[in-house]
Amino acid sequence: MSAAGGNFFHLGASHHTAPLALREKLALTPEKTALLGARIGATGGLREWAVLSTCNRVEFYGVAGTPADIDRLQAEFCALLECSPSDFAGAARRTFGLEALRHLLAVATGIDSQMLGETEIFGQVKDAYADAQRRGTAGPVLNRAFQKTFQAAKFVRTHTAITEGQVSVASVAVDLALKIFGELRTVRVLLLGAGEIGEKTARAFQSRGSETLTIASRRLERSMELAQALAAAALPFEHAPGRLAEFDIVLCATAAPGVILTHDAVATAMRRRPARPLFFIDLALPRDVEPEVAKLPNVFLYNLDDLAKIAEENRAARETEMAHAQAMVAEKAGALWPRMEQLCGGGAAGGGQWSKTAHTPG
Amino acid sequence: MLSVLIDRQWLWLAAGFYLAGFALGTLALLREHRQSRALMYVLIAAGYALQTIGLWLRGQVEHGCPLGNTFEIFQFTAWSATTLFLVIGATFRLSLLGYFTSTLMAVLTLVSLSIPSWDATRRANVFGGNPWIEFHAALALFSYGVFALLALTSLLFLLRNYSLKHKRLGGWFSFLPSIIDLDHISLRLLAAGVVLLTASLAVGSVWWLRDPPGSVHAILVTITVWAAYTLALGLRLRGVLIAQRFAWVCAALFAMALISTEMVGHDKHPVPAVRAISNQP
Repeated sequence: MSAAGGNFFHLGASHHTAPLALREKLALTPEKTALLGARIGATGGLREWAVLSTCNRVEFYGVAGTPADIDRLQAEFCALLECSPSDFAGAARRTFGLEALRHLLAVATGIDSQMLGETEIFGQVKDAYADAQRRGTAGPVLNRAFQKTFQAAKFVRTHTAITEGQVSVASVAVDLALKIFGELRTVRVLLLGAGEIGEKTARAFQSRGSETLTIASRRLERSMELAQALAAAALPFEHAPGRLAEFDIVLCATAAPGVILTHDAVATAMRRRPARPLFFIDLALPRDVEPEVAKLPNVFLYNLDDLAKIAEENRAARETEMAHAQAMVAEKAGALWPRMEQLCGGGAAGGGQWSKTAHTPG
Repeated sequence: MLSVLIDRQWLWLAAGFYLAGFALGTLALLREHRQSRALMYVLIAAGYALQTIGLWLRGQVEHGCPLGNTFEIFQFTAWSATTLFLVIGATFRLSLLGYFTSTLMAVLTLVSLSIPSWDATRRANVFGGNPWIEFHAALALFSYGVFALLALTSLLFLLRNYSLKHKRLGGWFSFLPSIIDLDHISLRLLAAGVVLLTASLAVGSVWWLRDPPGSVHAILVTITVWAAYTLALGLRLRGVLIAQRFAWVCAALFAMALISTEMVGHDKHPVPAVRAISNQP
């Protein structure tokens, strides 16, 4: 990794510019990344590089001696993925120097994500850096850029509300359950209905630590199929109302034309477990749970509208924090850039050949 | 060193720290920021240390536990509740409990310090020179401290229950602990308070049987408070008194217990209260 003049760059396409069909083509597997590494190594030019590949973006960060080095990278990438160079060029963005650094910080913070403020991207950026280290393509510039980015992203997330509140219906339901039960490991979850939204919400509960899931669907074979997929138990649908008292959380997501769980059925269940809360998440339309159930002590009922409203409020709250977070990212990038420019070898100051931001040549 | 200030001055300083905790917490809530649990803990611990010095100085002068008037009973109850918070706060890490504790302690200590008549006189020969009666009284008031903390966790429960039932989850409601955590801690506090008060009554009853006191006021009040809390515990364990009703009862019982201390604090033959004297001119 020579210290001769070069510039820090970012090249890539994301959900902002590339439609889903194109993003599917651009996804890089570890095997293809290894192949690409070999090809880039053979052509030379890039002093350092790392690639971030997620379902919403594929982006390269690195240090190039000249813009032509980035053109070669782009050509090799398109050739490897058998993607039309003009399709990629139409969706891709290139930024250099401070702007590229600001972009990396924005990505790691989650303010460039489709789901604003999501935190998964932080781990994905960390993985991208770890991969570059393993390959030996991370040098002094990328080391500093990524390490400082992780610090800055943590700072921004801590000092703004950009990651607060859940923004999907399933996550909001899990968040609400945590406000009732504190932790989900020991809570018993019953899923009524085996449709997509119910499955998605059940998976969200499992991903947050819930260990006991039971599924009851009108079609027992479908219950058993889903139970197998989710490592859960299956229960005949008609037994579910009578066994309500055994559960703490009931996810209702059936396609039934009317109410399944009445006030009386829930009141009877609560008499058997008065001190332990029972949480109903009614995702069905029409609703599965009689609204009067919410009046019972220690019973909490949220329907699809309630959850969607909370998700929307959280999303709006995150958006109001956006300007604050962007300002912090710009400030952090500005403070970090002078040292990085030195490490790059001053190539960025070379002038005309690096345009500040560009769509890529086709 | 400790006699640089007199007892009440130490207690004012302690109240200042509790008030600082309240102010800090209120500011954080108004800004909808998460509170610094560590800072709140430090402020309460500092207030507790100063209050301990103040009560110790008073105890030195009075040659016993300072429980001779309403002022001292309020101060001792606040001190007991803070003792418990310092253990529970570090163990259970319930968010906002520190804020509510500092608020209640600021109220109890400032109110007692601001009403001079509560500390103008104190009952003469409170424990009749009997260390067991003194132990009984201290234990009873320590249980009141436990019930003070129970009232706070009950208040937190009511707020959390309200936020979940009315779907108001944003702002400072988002910092409240979970329903289950609050219910568990409340039940444990109630059980601990009842055990302490039962032990206190058991110790006291041995001596009352041997040497019946002149006034049965204090005994009747303490027995009534004990019976009410024991009944609440029994109903809670049987699943009859649950959720917000349980929380309301715990909060109301503490208000009743606090009012009852005024009855216990009165005496037909009071003497002027003695205070620790400063070394300063």
